[in-house]
Amino acid sequence: MGFYFAQLLTGLANASSLFLIACGLSIIFGVTRIVNFAHGSFYMVGAYLAYTIVTHLSGGIFGFWFGVVAAALIVGVLGLLVEVLILRRIYRAPELFQLVATFGVVLIVQDATLAIWGAEDLLGPRAPGLASAVRIFGEPIPQYDLALIVIGPLVLGAIWLLFHRTRWGVLVRAATQDRDMVDALGVNQAWLFSGVFVLGSALAGLGGALQIPREAASLQMDLSVIGEAFVVVVIGGMGSVAGAFVAAVLISVLNAFAILVFPQISIVLPFVVMAIVLIVRPYGLFGTAGSADGAAAAPDQPLRLLSPQAAMVMAALVLALALAPAVLSTFTSILLVDVMVATLFAVSLHFMMGLGGMVSFGHAAYFGVGAYAAAMAVKFAGFPMVPAMAMGPLAGAAAALFFGWFCVRLSGVYLAMLTLAAAQILWGITFQWGDFTGGDDGILGIWPAAWASDDRVYFYVAFVLCIGGIFFLRRVAHSPFGYGLRGVRDSAVRAEALGMNVKFHQWMGFTLAGAVAGLAGSVFAFSKGSVFPDVLGITQSVDGLIMVLLGGIHALIGPILGAGAFVLIEDWVSRLEYWRFIFGGLILVVVLLAPDGIAGGIERLTRALGWKRAEDRT
Amino acid sequence: MKMMRRNLLGALAALPMLATLPGAVSAQDKIVIGEINSYTRLPAFTEPYKKGWELAVEQINKAGGVDGKQLEVISRDDTGDPATAIRIAEELTSKDGAVLLFGTFLSNIGLAVSDFAKQKQVLFLASEPLTDALVWSKGNKYTYRLRPSTHMQAAMLAEQAAKLGKKKWATVAPNYAYGKDAVKAFKEELTKLQPDVEFVGEQWPPVFKIDAGSTVRALEQMKPDAIYNVTFGGDLAKFVREGSLRLLFEDRAVVSLLSGEPEYFDPLGAEAPEGWIVTGYPAADIKTPEHEAFVKAYMERWGEMPKTGSIVGYNSILSIKAALEKAGSTDTDALLAAMSGLEVSSSPTGPFMYRAADHQSTMGAYVGKTTVADGKPKMVDWTYEDGADYLPSEAEAAKLRPAE
Repeated sequence: MGFYFAQLLTGLANASSLFLIACGLSIIFGVTRIVNFAHGSFYMVGAYLAYTIVTHLSGGIFGFWFGVVAAALIVGVLGLLVEVLILRRIYRAPELFQLVATFGVVLIVQDATLAIWGAEDLLGPRAPGLASAVRIFGEPIPQYDLALIVIGPLVLGAIWLLFHRTRWGVLVRAATQDRDMVDALGVNQAWLFSGVFVLGSALAGLGGALQIPREAASLQMDLSVIGEAFVVVVIGGMGSVAGAFVAAVLISVLNAFAILVFPQISIVLPFVVMAIVLIVRPYGLFGTAGSADGAAAAPDQPLRLLSPQAAMVMAALVLALALAPAVLSTFTSILLVDVMVATLFAVSLHFMMGLGGMVSFGHAAYFGVGAYAAAMAVKFAGFPMVPAMAMGPLAGAAAALFFGWFCVRLSGVYLAMLTLAAAQILWGITFQWGDFTGGDDGILGIWPAAWASDDRVYFYVAFVLCIGGIFFLRRVAHSPFGYGLRGVRDSAVRAEALGMNVKFHQWMGFTLAGAVAGLAGSVFAFSKGSVFPDVLGITQSVDGLIMVLLGGIHALIGPILGAGAFVLIEDWVSRLEYWRFIFGGLILVVVLLAPDGIAGGIERLTRALGWKRAEDRT
Repeated sequence: MKMMRRNLLGALAALPMLATLPGAVSAQDKIVIGEINSYTRLPAFTEPYKKGWELAVEQINKAGGVDGKQLEVISRDDTGDPATAIRIAEELTSKDGAVLLFGTFLSNIGLAVSDFAKQKQVLFLASEPLTDALVWSKGNKYTYRLRPSTHMQAAMLAEQAAKLGKKKWATVAPNYAYGKDAVKAFKEELTKLQPDVEFVGEQWPPVFKIDAGSTVRALEQMKPDAIYNVTFGGDLAKFVREGSLRLLFEDRAVVSLLSGEPEYFDPLGAEAPEGWIVTGYPAADIKTPEHEAFVKAYMERWGEMPKTGSIVGYNSILSIKAALEKAGSTDTDALLAAMSGLEVSSSPTGPFMYRAADHQSTMGAYVGKTTVADGKPKMVDWTYEDGADYLPSEAEAAKLRPAE
């Protein structure tokens, strides 16, 4: 009995930590609709700052708690800087564009932290006065855990008071419900948003600072916490602080008991819980349908077929690409294969996001399934290259058909998170099922057939498949199916009134995007000769999102520009020291200069230069 | 901001140039070597590692290079991603004119580059990745490995563990290939030495995401006599702190892989556990002339004590120098012939050689006990265990490899 009670307390202490980081994220999303990837970075910086302040003060109990609070406040100021300098300029940009900006911040903070605090983990002191354990039912319970169990609900209470007993809090809640109404009432939204961002960041900083008696401040803290924090926010219902608390308790306590029975479960448990919750309660435990949608976007311009001139330019570019290996070095051909694979992947994601209005945080799942299907066809069935490559799109389509059925029932960020859960569960299976998938040792020796083993020959294989895939999706975009998909995106109600089966249409769009991502995966597998679970990982999905958003979501050319720029810039910049800082800075520059992506930036540039008449767009 | 914009323009302007850059610059007076590692992903290990190989390269070049040619290492960051590592390997060999590759930390990247080496027929010296597969089940003609593998280090610990005579063991290891290999090898070796041993349970926290409190409690519930631990880095710090708070280590023996390595050991500070049996690197206490000379040079160059990574980086370059000298050429076939059975007669950690049968070096590891002295973690009662003693015979090892 005592044992289980102690395990419960351990789970609750973890829940408090998780709640602190997640509630800030939830508040920020609720009001500003920003999916803030940098929240984990604020948490990490909070831990480092608290470490520095506490170890320099060495002032006992007072010094410790002063350090924790001071760290949280400094992180709040940091949040203010990020909001005012970067995010405030791009609130009007397409939904999720801010996500790319916050990802740029993540990269910058990673290198800045490395430069300031060094590479070694920093283990802070235990909390003075709470440094040992007490016995409860004979089991040792750390005093600091008990303190955390109290701090979580205290913070929850304080936020409740703030939101229900102050004018500012009421406005914040109102903005969570209906931003336009708050605007119409004459409230200065800019400062409301800033205030919320400061509060959210400070809470993340507090969460990080409170961790120093439990773990060493390390450079992995940001990314290792952000995934779980998102899961908590989504399970609770985005924007709901109480929901975040309940979700944090649910996940932490479940985990504490589950590892007694299945020691390997913690790798996917949060995502399995999230998937179940989203299937049963599509807006999270405490969320409402209203909290699913981001900023109302203006309906898109209708897609146009390329003008004859533009079509000729495109054809010339494709021809130039086809001739590239003849004049360029071998390595350039290899790099161009990477660019083409990334482009095809980005185009398939854009098909879902831009045309279908379904944002995916887990699109790598279908890319990875395609890569694994091709690799396994070689390894287990001994398929030659061409039939093995054909397995990629088939497997991608099959996986998307399965997961899409659940995902299209949701919309907005909830849909995005369910795709993430699907990807993480697939990743977990690939990672754990070593006998079948090779686990994280991957599958090796998936090289092109003898006839295609020359880098230039494989370039043409990739060229045919990738350009073919891109061309195919473009055709679909201009087909009745593609128009239907955009109709569903712009107004599901009208589309339904017209007699369209909305969910089915989205489901098929999802599947098609999965199939093409799977094709990209199989080209990828043979170009690298091996596949590893990383291909299904969050990083791969985020890279795809950045490519699409960087390129510009409102143009078919967007993902092509975005993927090309992403791969080439990363390849070039990663040669430099502190390249993450530079890369993050570049992302921010693009985001700030062209809030509608590179394609939008070029569009405005050509119009400003008078190369294109304004009425072309209308 | 202005700076950023200039960077962007520079970046964009440089893109077309990628295509026109000249191919291999094969100056007569230098030998280009390609190096790949996860610099941004794992700086705690890779920074000292880089300092180690840079020191060795500087020393060799100052002394006249190899056969009169200067060594030039082109070093790249794989960002922790195997696909990026492959692309870099392509560039290093096809464009930069690297005659061989070395480096890598993560086992999956080591395996990916090893497979690339086999495909493109270029020598790859895997400096750090510990997976047994690299030289055994997935070994190939083109790949050699420097560090003692997971199996070797687990066997060194199993030998010490058997002397404890504890019967009930629990294990805790990160949930990925390295952790699984390390547990499997330890179980096998300990069972061989102590047939009545019983493994009462295991914990598999996700790597770098350990829920230390719950994991410690789960281990406690198994009531083992002794614990075998494979966690490292931030996970280790959390595990040690939560474990000592919850009295997990009271009256229990702990055997812990890699925990004596300064990269993971030093951050524990005064809270470093007492009396754990570990593999590691007691840099300050190794009093051989070779090691003392190395520490002196390292301190002069970098102003800090070497870490495990420094040794790995330094010994990698010593191995490459020996191979180039023995081969007398930078031709891959000659290098492969040289690597087979290559002896490195003098290194900071003593002589070692690369076995012809499985391409594993016999470089060893230091095994000892942990303690805290003057508020700092320290390894005591340590011995250097020669890697050769913990490897299967060459005939057996050859059977573990796929036929070529």
